[in-house]
Amino acid sequence: MLLQPTVPMASLDELWFQVSGTLCNLKCEHCFISCSPVNDTFGYLSYERVMRMLQESIELGVKEYYFTGGEPFLNRELIPMIEQVLKVGPVTVLTNGTVLKADWLKRLQTAEQNSRYSLEFRVSIDGPTPEMNDPIRGERTFQRAMNGVAMLCEYGFLPIITITRTWEETEEDAILDSFRAVLKEHGYHRPRLKVLPRLKMGGEEKRTEGYTPLERITPEMMEGFDVSQLLCNHSRVVTDRGVAVCPILIESESAQMGETLKESLVDFPLLEGACYTCYQYGSICANPSSKKVEA
Amino acid sequence: MNGKIAFFGGIYNNYLALETAIADAHGRDISQIYCLGDLGAFGPHPDRVFPLLIENGIQTVQGNYDHSIGHALEDCQCGYSDPRDNHFASLSYAYTLENTSPEYRDWMKQLPAEIRFTWQNRSVLLCHGSPRKTNEFLWESTTSTAFLERLADEQDADIILGTHTGLHWHRRLENDRHFINVGVLGRPENDGTTNVWYTVLSVEEEEKRPENSSVSVEFIPVRYDYEKLAWEMEAENIPEEFIETIRTGWWTTCLEVLPAKERRAGKY
Ligand code: SF4
Ligand code: SF4
Ligand SMILES: [Fe+2]
Repeated sequence: MLLQPTVPMASLDELWFQVSGTLCNLKCEHCFISCSPVNDTFGYLSYERVMRMLQESIELGVKEYYFTGGEPFLNRELIPMIEQVLKVGPVTVLTNGTVLKADWLKRLQTAEQNSRYSLEFRVSIDGPTPEMNDPIRGERTFQRAMNGVAMLCEYGFLPIITITRTWEETEEDAILDSFRAVLKEHGYHRPRLKVLPRLKMGGEEKRTEGYTPLERITPEMMEGFDVSQLLCNHSRVVTDRGVAVCPILIESESAQMGETLKESLVDFPLLEGACYTCYQYGSICANPSSKKVEA
Repeated sequence: MNGKIAFFGGIYNNYLALETAIADAHGRDISQIYCLGDLGAFGPHPDRVFPLLIENGIQTVQGNYDHSIGHALEDCQCGYSDPRDNHFASLSYAYTLENTSPEYRDWMKQLPAEIRFTWQNRSVLLCHGSPRKTNEFLWESTTSTAFLERLADEQDADIILGTHTGLHWHRRLENDRHFINVGVLGRPENDGTTNVWYTVLSVEEEEKRPENSSVSVEFIPVRYDYEKLAWEMEAENIPEEFIETIRTGWWTTCLEVLPAKERRAGKY
């Protein structure tokens, strides 16, 4: 009998904070953890909790920090959290860009200027037009997110626009070109784009389809594979229920790895459909775009 | 080994800057020069780099580029992910592979992935990107000090030096330990100036208490004949975008891997 495919925990390089749980002001159809204004399966992380985990992460030599949700900016303590974390390491915030406020961005701009580290924003927009974006993300979300991008630019940030690929590969170049043009019109002169594959879970499973039983990593596939491509090889995520293996699988029972970071630094079996997507596309959670396009 | 030591980062075929840097180092009473790899890419006439390294006894680490060219791999393993970045990277890779003679490819194949030695009672580790991965990008603005402390512990090294990103920086760690990106001689640093950089390490003695000596890190700007390099690149039909970087000091490609702070510092 073959062993199950397993990813070793090599080194805790990135620590994710799921600061707003599954709470979001939007309810995008493709959201892989079905976030919404009322989904409180996972709740907010408190400031104290984040500071405690931060302390442990420094002892472990964590390299970078990520804030995600839901929508992180719904957490009223996000700004002081980022200010503190920027004192010890770089921060990336994943946002839908629709709830940003000028005085928050002003504080964050100052915090980044006083830090040696970068503060990155990743803003999710799913098409270069309202016609493409709004059916997935909700009415008027295109315009609202674009306003958010413009505001980030005003405060000197260079947001990374993350786009879930809901088109055919042949259309990719044209769509990305028109994205760049639209962003320039909104005052973003050197747009940075990142394309993400769809994760066929949560909302997306209902919107299109789920994973078939064949879409799984097999032990054979792991032979000669560069496991550093997988986030779970070098990251963990803190939720209000404890530490989980990665931000994608938080809802799965087996993904819960304990209360402390130290406990969570163990190997993990790659049994989910989403793992297959990670395997195919590589580094889908890193800031630079992933190399591969949908086959 | 004692005295001052010098470190060159990626050469990227820029033999003119290499010549100038070697002469500059000789004028500074340097006891040994090291190179941290990435000898090819970007510039013209790859074969002009190797004799300079070999004749001057420069000990060299194998960069991702050298591993690729040495083994004639499909690409440079630079670690880019953006399609435009990869397009330009593949043009210079094809040029460099075609113009590197087999004897030097063999020479690159045998270069070590890391070099370790003791200097001034400190253990020094030379790598290319990071000690754990040749093509890992360690940028100043995305690498926490806690991570570098861990790296120094794990590697049992007092001073770790690397290159690969193209931008020099230095972080002082506890107990006079250091992480240093030595910069590159191959192309300017995306700051609007045309010079390139290398690094010199020395030790500052406290006269009365030599046990309190501390490491001093100096980044040296190298002003070389970049116009000549640009002409030669034109004559070799190297892409316009690369030549612009040599003449203006602004990066025009390979920008998508840059974190926010480093990206903002540039023009594009
Ligand atoms: S995809 Fe993002 S913005 Fe949309 S509902 Fe989910 S968490 Fe909210
Ligand atoms: S979903 Fe991706 S990151 Fe999460 S455990 Fe599976 S392979 Fe790893
Ligand atoms: Fe390199």
